[in-house]
Parts: sequence; structure tokens; C-alpha cells
Amino acid sequence: MASPTYLNSTPTDLVRRKKRQSASSSAASSRRNNAASATAGDGESHARWRSEKQQRSYSAKLVQALQQVRLSSSAAETPSPTAKKRGKAVREAADRALAVSARGRTLWSRAILANRIKLKFRKQKRPRPAAIPAVITTGSSSSSSRRWKKQRVTVVKLNKKSIPTVNRKVRVLGRLVPGCKKESVPVILEEATDYIQALEMQVRAMKSLAELLSGSGSAPPPI
Amino acid sequence: MSSRRSRSSRQTGTSMISEDQINDLVLQLHRLLPELGNNNRRSGKVSASKVLQETCTYIRNLNKEVDDLSERLSQLLESTDSAQAALIRSLLM
Repeated sequence: MASPTYLNSTPTDLVRRKKRQSASSSAASSRRNNAASATAGDGESHARWRSEKQQRSYSAKLVQALQQVRLSSSAAETPSPTAKKRGKAVREAADRALAVSARGRTLWSRAILANRIKLKFRKQKRPRPAAIPAVITTGSSSSSSRRWKKQRVTVVKLNKKSIPTVNRKVRVLGRLVPGCKKESVPVILEEATDYIQALEMQVRAMKSLAELLSGSGSAPPPI
Repeated sequence: MSSRRSRSSRQTGTSMISEDQINDLVLQLHRLLPELGNNNRRSGKVSASKVLQETCTYIRNLNKEVDDLSERLSQLLESTDSAQAALIRSLLM
């Protein structure tokens, strides 16, 4: 069940690793994650969001998006937009870049991209749940014992008393993940797993970007 | 595993989800969450509502982290110019 595209990217990762000595923190962490997901071999979304290739492509998109934010804010807006507004513009650009990296396979990414278009005209209709059976089987077909080295846990059986509680919490979770407010329980859970991993990658990429920007100063980092 | 798959394909809509599938998804979520120490080691069972609670908290934390990083990045972008060129150079090479 290991995704072949991930295995193909390993030799190019070796080449890129030499050139990325400067951004050693992010490279080291993604190398660790690479090793972890390689041994697991399973978990399509896990490999997708943790590969160094994905992080590099996201970082490049992020830089492009941020450049556009910079240009638009200096030209069109008021002379000194507040820090909050600038931060918000950066966040939205980062989210859009993240959603594009998802390649339209998840609800939350489509919702983020659709929100932009909704501002202008409302013809964007979310794709119907024809994709949901595929989503569920992907989730249930990977057995938990084959995954990674975390301790084997099982979920306490849902009895009659706990189902409304669980439902309530799933609803709350659905409000947190973009685009999942009105979805069914398994959809929300599946979207949440992907969303969490994407957010983690976003945090890693933005952190290394900020470190690069603040650490380099005027001299370019050594290659 | 295959029986679970055939069961879901036979069912009419998405409303007839079996508990096993939900348990599987909750387990998947649990594996993503950062380990918080003793309660994982003590028993081999986690309660679904607890996992969901921790998931919500974790997503909120991640969102907050992204917001803080965005603000920091926006400040950095305002102040530096040559650093950005250097960054793009290093990223593209």
C-alpha cells in the first residue's frame, strides 16, 4: 500500500539534501519523518504531508504567495495597514498555498479555495459525496497493526450512552475543519486527519521560512 | 477488512456507518495526536470522546501557531528586502 511516488522521490531527496545544508533544521526533521513513514510503508496521507519534496513544493508556493501579498499591500492598501491585517493576509495566502498543495483531493482544501471565489460569485458547488466511499475504504483498509511504532491502543466500545457525546464532539471538530460543518461523522474524521497533517507541514514550513528570513540578515545563507 | 468494505458498499447511504469504521478513524486520529505521557502507557484503550477532545484542542493550537507565524512572517517581510531575494535564491537552487 506504500505510495510509489514517495519512493521515487527518495533519490532526488538525497541530491536536494546536500544543497539544503543551510536549512538544516527543517531538512533534519523531514528526514526523520521520511524515515518513519518509510518504515511504516503505509498511510497515504501520512507520506504525502511528511515528504521533503512536498515541503519544498509548498515552501516555493508560499514564497510566491507572500511576494504577491507584499506587492498588493504596499501598492493598494492604506499606507500602514495594521499588523493584524498584514498577518491575516499572510495567513490567507499560506492557507491558499496549502490548499493548492492538497491537489483538490480533500474537502477542506476545496473549501478554502472556494471561499475565495465565493466572495465574487456563488456558483461554486462542492462536489457531491461520491468520493466518500473511497475515503472510508482508504481509512479502514490500512490495518492499525502494520502502522508505526506507537503503542497499540484500541478504542473503548461506543455504548449507547457515549454516542451522543461522541456525536457532539465530532460536530465541534467539524466546525474547526474548513468545509466540514455539515458532513457526516466518518467524513469529518477523515478530513480532520488530513487537515492536521497539512497544518503540521504548514507550521514546519513557515517556521523554517521565518528562521531563514530572520537569521540571514543581509548576507545570503551559505549553500 | 474485506468484509468491512463489502458491508459498506452494500449499505444504502453514508448514514449507515458501522462502529468499527468509526473506531478505525478515531484510532487514526489518535496516532496523529502528540503523545501526552502516562495515560497512553497505562492502558491499551482510549476513549473516543477523549481523542476527539484532544483533536479539537490540537487543531486550535496548530491554528494559533500558524497565526502567530503569519504575523511574525508579515513583520519580517515588511522589514527585510534583500533577505527575501537571498531566500528565493536558496530555495530555488
